[in-house]
Amino acid sequence: MNHSRLLLLGAEAVAQGAIDAGLSGVYAYPGTPSTEITEYIQRSAPARQSGIRSAWSANEKTAYEAALGMSYAGKRSLVCMKHVGLNVAADAFMNSAITGVNGGLVLAVADDPSMHSSQNEQDSRVYGRFAMVPVLEPASQQELYDAMFHAFELSEAVRLPVIMRMTTRLSHSRAGVELKASLEQNPLNAEYAPGRFVLMPQNARVQYRHLLDLQPMLEALSESSFLNQPVEGHGPLGIIAFGVGYNYAMEARKAHGIECRLLKIGQYPLPRTQVNELFEACSEVLVVEEGYPVYEELFRSYFGSAKVRGRMDGTLPRDGELTTDLVAAALGVKPPETATTPEIVVGRPPELCKGCGHRDMFDAINIAIKENADHHVFSDIGCYTLGALAPYNAIHTCVDMGAAITMAKGAADAGLRPAVCVIGDSTFAHSGMTGLLDAVNDRTPVTVIIADNDTTAMTGGQCSSASGSKLVKICIGLGVEEAHIRTIVPLRQHLHENVSVLRDEFAYNGVSVVIAQRECIETVAKKKRRAAASAQ
Amino acid sequence: MQKNIILAGVGGQGILSIAAVIDWAALHEGLNIRQAEVHGMSQRGGAVQSHLRISDQELFADLIGLGTADLILSVEPLEALRYLPYLAPDGRVVTSLDPFVNMTSYPPMEEIEAELGKTGHPVLVHAADLAKDAGSARASNMVMLGAGAPFTGIAPSKLEAGIEALFGTKGQEVVDINIRAFRKGLQLSNT
Ligand SMILES: Cc1ncc(C[n+]2csc(CCOP(=O)(O)OP(=O)(O)O)c2C)c(N)n1
Ligand code: SF4
Repeated sequence: MNHSRLLLLGAEAVAQGAIDAGLSGVYAYPGTPSTEITEYIQRSAPARQSGIRSAWSANEKTAYEAALGMSYAGKRSLVCMKHVGLNVAADAFMNSAITGVNGGLVLAVADDPSMHSSQNEQDSRVYGRFAMVPVLEPASQQELYDAMFHAFELSEAVRLPVIMRMTTRLSHSRAGVELKASLEQNPLNAEYAPGRFVLMPQNARVQYRHLLDLQPMLEALSESSFLNQPVEGHGPLGIIAFGVGYNYAMEARKAHGIECRLLKIGQYPLPRTQVNELFEACSEVLVVEEGYPVYEELFRSYFGSAKVRGRMDGTLPRDGELTTDLVAAALGVKPPETATTPEIVVGRPPELCKGCGHRDMFDAINIAIKENADHHVFSDIGCYTLGALAPYNAIHTCVDMGAAITMAKGAADAGLRPAVCVIGDSTFAHSGMTGLLDAVNDRTPVTVIIADNDTTAMTGGQCSSASGSKLVKICIGLGVEEAHIRTIVPLRQHLHENVSVLRDEFAYNGVSVVIAQRECIETVAKKKRRAAASAQ
Repeated sequence: MQKNIILAGVGGQGILSIAAVIDWAALHEGLNIRQAEVHGMSQRGGAVQSHLRISDQELFADLIGLGTADLILSVEPLEALRYLPYLAPDGRVVTSLDPFVNMTSYPPMEEIEAELGKTGHPVLVHAADLAKDAGSARASNMVMLGAGAPFTGIAPSKLEAGIEALFGTKGQEVVDINIRAFRKGLQLSNT
């Protein structure tokens, strides 16, 4: 029996690796598939004992900046987010590549190819190239764990932030992981370095030059990284497999007895010598990237398209997550004959929980809005996005966090009446407040409905940065007239009065806020279970 | 030894507890494990599945290939059919017959049973009834684990040890109910 192995999700392996590598603080805003990293650290008794800070941040930008501050003070910090979260944090991230870091700073970012829970499938490795910082892309849970030690060391050695890139599959898959001896945290060690950290043009130019000068060293470090390895094999066919693409390539090779050379890539910038060797030895190379064909495109211009197979010539699909079957087919294997899914099997889309307050809120909105000729409702991201589906069909947009309020404002500026939007409490705190301020400053006629269920429900019920009376105070503080900040309780028995409140505020020619306040029933149930367990 | 298992159900039905028990037992057998789960949006009453792979050799992919699943273990009959393209030619379907109806176009049970009948020798289980006999309708998932146990490649005693480890914090009564539920499923499969 082997008790030294822990069964961990990829996300948890990142968390455990960070704890064991001397982490002092994690900063994050929830987002599938990255949420479990921070949750694991929050639950970890050793993390608590060693004082690792781990509370949720208001959004990804505040999280990133706090992590940079901790690094400035000499300690190791981790910042976690989903891929689109990096868009929010991009300003801080890009400029942190120019300042550089002091204590190790690792950005764990989880991409979502196939969009299991996301608006797009953007590839964070592009951000790595954009900022010119090292990116690690391990292929297994064990590698993720080991790579966290490597990431912090690398970050401190080259004094740059390091990206740990994952995708949904690895983040949400479990495997046995063997732990290493843990390291002490760094001591507090803030140094005055305004030449690096004050990014006025004269400093920034020097720092940018320094970043450019570092690039050959980063490439050399990739050549010797344990994450970049040629795999035993020969013949004219080659595979260059990135991240979890390696898993599918290995699985296909084994299952179908395919003879080929293989180069496994898990650290960027690319190890140029290893890549050159593969392309020189092979007449054809299949590029297996989980995400965009970022490097395939470069190979096509560098080595010539004739040799290169991948997502850009249809050998692999251009979009979506890879599988062993897709990689096997790309290697010429005939697809297996399998049963088909019977026609009677209809889709089973997700839905709002029975008894969820969002249901009663949408019932009220639908009645009040349909009294108007135009009944557009701008919305946002959270459980309430499910209001877009039948039977409600109540919302008409969901673009990026915070966009409900600002899109409603823009539409109101264009003349749309009423201009109504729905946004969750956590999303409002994340990036809705500034949009509301724009509307107040402009006296735009919009009605902002805040669906306040006192939690970040969509991602599993994390603490919300602003809910309840705090929301009211924020709206007052931003300048919304108190008479037009209305609170309703979304329950069946209040339907009539809720409709009448909404009707009044839709008609008001200014900024109004209606807060629909009722706790998520999943959170309530979870609290009850916890109370029962602790009573035992 | 290598087993590819697809666990299927609807968000909230407890397939991750089934996975956790098998994982625990496999880990203590010193086997390699890869178990992919679904988190996020689909967990809200949508179709969910978990790919579970155990082997005494190195495993690479977290996902099971088409036509290579040794077992589809489902806690919901319609969901068992959704993943048939994964079933190996000699693979088995073990499913609960308790429908979870949260959409308007749910097909008639006779049609579902007819399709299940085409999969060779499916093990069809009235899981909720057996779970109630064992002491709690909530133990349906452990009935299904019992029914699927003979096809997992792991000894039932090891799976029972996994149940004890997993439910131990909830008190002896919960453990007992779940073990009884497991045995009822196992007995049905073995006869
Ligand atoms: C930039 C960005 N960060 C994180 C997410 C993931 N995400 C989607 S919705 C959501 C939270 C929703 O919480 P809330 O607004 O309170 O609505 P609820 O789900 O509670 O109804 C999160 C964290 C995202 N889509 N985009
Ligand atoms: S998790 Fe909470 S907010 Fe989300 S649908 Fe269920 S009850 Fe509603």
